Amino acid sequence: MLRFVLRRLAAGVVLVAVISTVAFFLLYLSGGNIARRILGQQATAATVQQKTHELGLDHPVLTQFGSWVSHAVHGDLGSSWFTGQTVTQAITSRLSVTLSLVIGATLVTAVVSVILGVLAATRRGWVDRMVQFISVLGFAVPGFLVALGLVTLFAIDLHWFKPTGFTAISASPSLWLSSITLPVIALALGGIAGVTGQIRGSVMDALRRDYVRTLRSRGLSETRVVYKHGLRNAAGPALSVLAVQFVGLLGGAVIVETIFAIPGIGQIAVGATQQGDIPLVMGLVLATAIIVVIVNLIVDLLQGWLNPKVRIRS
Amino acid sequence: MTAATLPPDAVPDVQTLEQTAHASLFRRLLKNPTGVASLAFLVILVVLGIFATVLAPHDPNVANATNILQKPSGTYLLGTDGSGHDVLSRLLVAIQPTLEAAALAVGVAAVLGITAGLISGYYGKWFEAASSWTASLLMALPGIVVLLAARAVIGPSMLWTMVVFGIILSPAFYRVVHTEVSGVKHELYVDAARVSGLSDARIISRHILTVVRAPAIILAAGVAGIAIAIEAGLDFLGLGDLSRPTWGGMLNDAFSHIFTAPLGLLWPSLAIALTCISLTLLANALRDELERSGTPGRRRRRAAGPVSIRREPVVTHDDPAAAAAGEELLHVTDLAVGYDQPDGSVKTVVHDVSLSIHRGEVHGLIGESGSGKTQTAFAIMGLLPSGGRVAGGSIIFEGTDLAALSGRQMTGLRGAKIAYIPQEPMSNLDPTFTIGSQITEPMRVILKIGRAEARERALKLLARVGIPDPERTFNAYPHQVSGGMAQRVLIAGAVSCNPDLLIADEPTTALDVTVQAEVLDLLRDLEAEYHMAVLLVTHNFGVVADLCDTVSVMQNGRIVETGPARSIFADPRHPYTRSLFAAILEDSEPRGPLTPRELQP
Repeated sequence: MLRFVLRRLAAGVVLVAVISTVAFFLLYLSGGNIARRILGQQATAATVQQKTHELGLDHPVLTQFGSWVSHAVHGDLGSSWFTGQTVTQAITSRLSVTLSLVIGATLVTAVVSVILGVLAATRRGWVDRMVQFISVLGFAVPGFLVALGLVTLFAIDLHWFKPTGFTAISASPSLWLSSITLPVIALALGGIAGVTGQIRGSVMDALRRDYVRTLRSRGLSETRVVYKHGLRNAAGPALSVLAVQFVGLLGGAVIVETIFAIPGIGQIAVGATQQGDIPLVMGLVLATAIIVVIVNLIVDLLQGWLNPKVRIRS
Repeated sequence: MTAATLPPDAVPDVQTLEQTAHASLFRRLLKNPTGVASLAFLVILVVLGIFATVLAPHDPNVANATNILQKPSGTYLLGTDGSGHDVLSRLLVAIQPTLEAAALAVGVAAVLGITAGLISGYYGKWFEAASSWTASLLMALPGIVVLLAARAVIGPSMLWTMVVFGIILSPAFYRVVHTEVSGVKHELYVDAARVSGLSDARIISRHILTVVRAPAIILAAGVAGIAIAIEAGLDFLGLGDLSRPTWGGMLNDAFSHIFTAPLGLLWPSLAIALTCISLTLLANALRDELERSGTPGRRRRRAAGPVSIRREPVVTHDDPAAAAAGEELLHVTDLAVGYDQPDGSVKTVVHDVSLSIHRGEVHGLIGESGSGKTQTAFAIMGLLPSGGRVAGGSIIFEGTDLAALSGRQMTGLRGAKIAYIPQEPMSNLDPTFTIGSQITEPMRVILKIGRAEARERALKLLARVGIPDPERTFNAYPHQVSGGMAQRVLIAGAVSCNPDLLIADEPTTALDVTVQAEVLDLLRDLEAEYHMAVLLVTHNFGVVADLCDTVSVMQNGRIVETGPARSIFADPRHPYTRSLFAAILEDSEPRGPLTPRELQP
């Protein structure tokens, strides 16, 4: 088991390293005259040159990369070119907000998908057709349109929720809940569409297996057969899809945070992109890669727990 | 480089099922209501896009400061935006760049993905390893994060952004094409083309591209929807080209006036949503039609039906010992099993089956694969596969007609009164739970005993069925034990709640010959020990001779001969029974483990 974890971890480190390297060269090589952009058109050539020197941009790109790496492994990702705030601080201060959104949406996705997927797989008929219809719709309609619809309906027309803003959970749990409800629903809908289909399919597949008939022949109730044995066997593929959805949600959060004015990493991502704040963009790419690696590691461990064959082989 | 533009070749075209399917895919799509509707919407959209400048009632770029946020009116059919632009005109003018950008993304993704997929699928080797790794790398990060990073470098150019997005999406094409090509690479017609000296390029373009065409078209429709969504998302964030109207940009403008004019959100939202939905539905319709056209060749074979068999009297041997037998447990009369067909008819696979089993009796149900013996067994347990049901007759068990019981009542009988030993030991244990938990779970439910007591009884049972180290097997997962052990586990599970009737469906077929004898011995001992009635489904007369008191021979869903085993062996009267015996005499090991499993409809 330990070897399995270590191997996955090593693969993850390689992935993060490759992504950072590729991102660094793409971002820094094609950045144009950065000092000029920071200082504006009125700056003199001398100040521009001085700024370039300050940022270390006058060194060969390999030297810059070496310096970035040696700082990065110590957790220092440099500072934003425009605000001067350190990248690590800018990201970590907002990461918890984004993660609470994304994790919340993942949990909602998991619970709703299991209910809908099992219903569709066992009831079939109109329930099944309904669930499949919703799946197609949820997949096709972009999440930010859903978010806009939710804001218009529940916040502006019905006044059930505040349209924008975010309250930290430490400040007021109830306000926190109310501030993330709509964003979480908006994020979760797309995921529910994808995961429900997978659960429906794999539960149907699991229930067709020979051992299900044998379990039924032992006098176990339908509920037990479906929810204990069927679901456990269907969970593996569903979990893989959920992991893919999680990565997608990290992206979706960028737009949803903008709509609901939530101070997560999505907001700085948009800002940094518009300004061309390369160190910050670089930090965001790195942070996302690390989150993806961690999520995949957790999923691998869960897969091992769900499926004893995977556990033994590793 | 499509197959159609190539000159005729010396090698005749091999018409595969796939190729004919593709030829008519478009025609089939026109018969699919969803397909037609979404295709019609997209065609209208394209036409509107082409003639947008003519159709637009106002200049989309003229801002009229006195007319901001107008409600829909005669002059401004959909109202005006926050700067006084005409919403309808802007919507129309935005169609063309939107579709162009999506087409660009799809084009880049398709060219990259299909090329890489063809090369790695056809040639494999290092290129395959490298491109698979690149594909998973591209899919590791959320697309929008990569796009944001790219945007930081390339600036607000939607075209370049879509090129980047095309690269990010290319793994989708790569995966599909790679799978298809790897599958088809060793097909006979591809081998034939290779042997006849066609160049690789010619084989790929002629025989392999045709295979990937349909899946690639389906994927393209889906990917176009995603591209339009992400494009609108970036424009909405204000990261696109602000100089020209876009749906996402209009959404952005409307969003900033959401409190004063929430209706403004509706129009661009509708445009984006309808386009994305049409593309997704189009992809789904294409997939449905493709799957449907692929099926007629491989319709599932069912257990042989009533084909040309007319009802004939069952050859019945008198049973002199019947009076001396124990109480009658099961009495099946004129049982019929039918399967509902998609066209509403019912296909009957078991006809007029009557049999009776007494306590302490082993009744063999013998016949070839598809003769309906397993269906009869499943019908008695109420465990027919979906679509199947008892279509006639009665199954009286201890005075109750099982055919009339509800599912819940049947669940109460199973395990407790009627138990089942399946054919394939390995596929009949749930791979995700330990053997111990699978044996104790029914005992705890049915006998209402605690965990510790169930465990103790399970260990005793495992020892009883001849498992050398019960403790270890109890804690093992199914894949950690051998087939023979697994079958013993299943037998232990079947008798764990002291059933009255045991139904064993070919309990030794999947086992090694040496293990078969041991398992048969075990069954015989248990039958005597628990004083059960046993219905033994088999195709093996050796097993019947070994174990059975009574035999019913089944053919084509009917019982053709029935009576005491001794008298049937001595004097087989039905031609089918005789032919079964003849088969054994000619070949001492006629149908061992190689027998195809019972076809289960």
